[in-house]
Amino acid sequence: MTTWIDADWLTLFMAAMVAFAVGMYVVLDGFDLGLGILFPFADDDDQRDQMMNSIAPFWDGNETWLVFGGAILLSAFPLAFSIILPAVYLPITLMLLGLILRGVAFEFRFKHHPRVRIWDIAFAAGSIIAAFAQGVVLGAFVQGIEIRSAPSYQYGGGQWDWLTAFSMMTGVALLCGYALLGNTWLFWRSLGTLQQKAKAWMPVLLIGMLAAIGAISVWTPLMSPAIAARWFDFPRAFAFAPVPLLTVACAWGAYRALQKAPSVVPFMLCIGLFFLGYSGLAISIFPSLPPPSLTLFEAAASRQSQLFLLPGLIVLVPLILIHTWFNYRVFHVKTDEDSYGH
Amino acid sequence: MLESLQTFDATLLSRIQFGFTITFHILFPALSIGLAGFLVVLEALWLRTGEERYWRLLRFWTTVFALSFGMGVVSGIVLAYQFGTNWSGLMAKAGQILGPLLSYETLTAFFLEASFLGVLLFGWKRVSPRTHFISTVMVALGTCISAFWIMASNSWMQTPAGFTVRDGVFYPADWWAIIFNPSFLVRYAHMLMAAYLASAFVVAGVAAWYLLNNRFVPLARPMLALAFVMIVPLAPLQVIIGDMAGLIVRDYQPAKLAAMEAQWETGVMPLRLFAIPNQQAARNDFEIGIPKLGSLITQHSFDAPVKGLREFPPAERPNAAIIFWTFRVMVGIGFLMLAIALAASVLAIKKRLFTSRWFLRALTFASPLGFVAIVAGWYTAEIGRQPYVIYGLLRTADAVSPVTTGDVALSLTSFVIFYSAVFGAGFWYLARTIRSGPVEVALPAVPVLGNRPLAGMSPAAAK
Repeated sequence: MTTWIDADWLTLFMAAMVAFAVGMYVVLDGFDLGLGILFPFADDDDQRDQMMNSIAPFWDGNETWLVFGGAILLSAFPLAFSIILPAVYLPITLMLLGLILRGVAFEFRFKHHPRVRIWDIAFAAGSIIAAFAQGVVLGAFVQGIEIRSAPSYQYGGGQWDWLTAFSMMTGVALLCGYALLGNTWLFWRSLGTLQQKAKAWMPVLLIGMLAAIGAISVWTPLMSPAIAARWFDFPRAFAFAPVPLLTVACAWGAYRALQKAPSVVPFMLCIGLFFLGYSGLAISIFPSLPPPSLTLFEAAASRQSQLFLLPGLIVLVPLILIHTWFNYRVFHVKTDEDSYGH
Repeated sequence: MLESLQTFDATLLSRIQFGFTITFHILFPALSIGLAGFLVVLEALWLRTGEERYWRLLRFWTTVFALSFGMGVVSGIVLAYQFGTNWSGLMAKAGQILGPLLSYETLTAFFLEASFLGVLLFGWKRVSPRTHFISTVMVALGTCISAFWIMASNSWMQTPAGFTVRDGVFYPADWWAIIFNPSFLVRYAHMLMAAYLASAFVVAGVAAWYLLNNRFVPLARPMLALAFVMIVPLAPLQVIIGDMAGLIVRDYQPAKLAAMEAQWETGVMPLRLFAIPNQQAARNDFEIGIPKLGSLITQHSFDAPVKGLREFPPAERPNAAIIFWTFRVMVGIGFLMLAIALAASVLAIKKRLFTSRWFLRALTFASPLGFVAIVAGWYTAEIGRQPYVIYGLLRTADAVSPVTTGDVALSLTSFVIFYSAVFGAGFWYLARTIRSGPVEVALPAVPVLGNRPLAGMSPAAAK
């Protein structure tokens, strides 16, 4: 093959694609999981219908990013995939069960006449379980995964390594974050009393989100000297200083936007919050995959695999993004005008 | 089976879990592939003729499709992640080949389906009939592309090609050879045909049930006719493709063929109609067969010998007691479908297709048979490749994750309880939707096609 394609450049591109896919998943399924988390707090069936209808055309596409994130991690970093997943066996299982429960609730809820509570409960419980489990997986990943290197690289820790105070905290943190994201979606796309509720919930959720980001930011450097060095060694620290500053600015902007007419602004600023938190984690652990002992260069697939994937990623991912955007345009309606009419 | 009780380890439990979750999962994509194709036909008919009956059928089967698709999505995510949680050894060793195939499935199929599904289900009033029809076609296409990549990866594990091995890791060498490996095209065709046939039998069974009960008769007749437009050519075609698949097993996986036929000694093979294979003693405790016919079917010659299982070391022998029977269930159903297709043709010529009560009753009983055949066929293919996961190269025992037996026991138990409850409810809602039938749905008030107002309600009138 041509020599100008440098293997390291390709590996970094693949890492960026994995990060992008996971990030897209977190934001897109994040807001619809968030709606599930807020579901028990709705007043009546009318509000619950509004909530459900506002995401019915999207949830399936949103979850596709989860499959894509897993598939691209497997293709580009097969070693990382095969080490991380056994390490978080039980939380992943829990997440899958949660996703099943809430996924089927979309279809079953509207099939049952007269209404039964069970699919409302399933939708909320499934969303909460899945969101919490994802946060636990995130925590277990960041805190580091033990690896056995002989005879071949594989997970070397125990059954319960993932269960720590830190991972429980990241579980709650992600619950908070998703709820906030779902709430800004509601503020943007709902009407009437539901929108009023969304507005009222917002300050609490914003504070929760900031507390979560704060807790992770303080805890990770305390947990790992390498992460502390990454953030606090001068002069490099100046390069990363905008991350916390922008975080505060986004939160403030989202709060201010609430005082004005409902718009997409708080939703976008909360996506900004997620992006910043996510970048912070990336800065902390780069280039480990998974932390602490393996790097993404060591975990990378061979050139033949990367090159085979490359055209698909370059051509198809932009197309998918355009179509996703188109889909959100087609179904851009205030939710109570529409109904689950298929 | 007794020896396996002592070895209830993570490997065996992981196999049971994978088998269990895929048994549920495969029903939904198969039904989705078939019904998506059916929706394309119905929507095309409706757009061409503007007849209300096609519109009502379209809306009705869309509801059934949505249920099936939703359950397919959630049960599919489970499989994608189980590759990592339970089969990390396989992924560490062959992830560089299997991973890109699965990535391309997501890129080319899942996103296509997901993007257009919203319009298909909810877009009746939001987009033009033409855009809606394109969306339906895209979803149907997506289901076939998805099966393409899944069958490519599974077939690669059955008949691996286009790779090199260094330090136990499989590296891709020739992607064309990997995707179009020796068994791929035939197995892909076999699976697609199976999906269309199984779904057509569901449609036929539902139509027959309505006709028997004198409900929705004007809708049930075209439904039944359309189902047989599918079944009559596909049922014989599937028998031919199945034979081709069998020849590939003969050439590439002789131990699997021997186990499927419960052939222990090498020699001319009878067509065994009934047998009780004894794995321990490496013989059949009892068998009834038609002499030489087995050789004719598998070798296309009366006198050609078929290699027996005894020529393989005991640890390399797939479980004949299971796949001898799963194979016979699949083939039996295939021929039953062929018989039904012939009977339907005769009845259609006699103009009694819609009125012959015994035939309609048989069809209602036959409606789930296609799915039984699909599952039985999968068991044959997958149990038949044991003890390997990548045939001849990587043992299943070396593919499993370093997880504890307790973990897998816990996840397996949870999946069994969850799936029974959730998909049990799913089947109940499916049955209920079918029981209430294609109720009235107002014709769409499509105001414009292009910029021209429609004359009347039907889109055909605008052409």
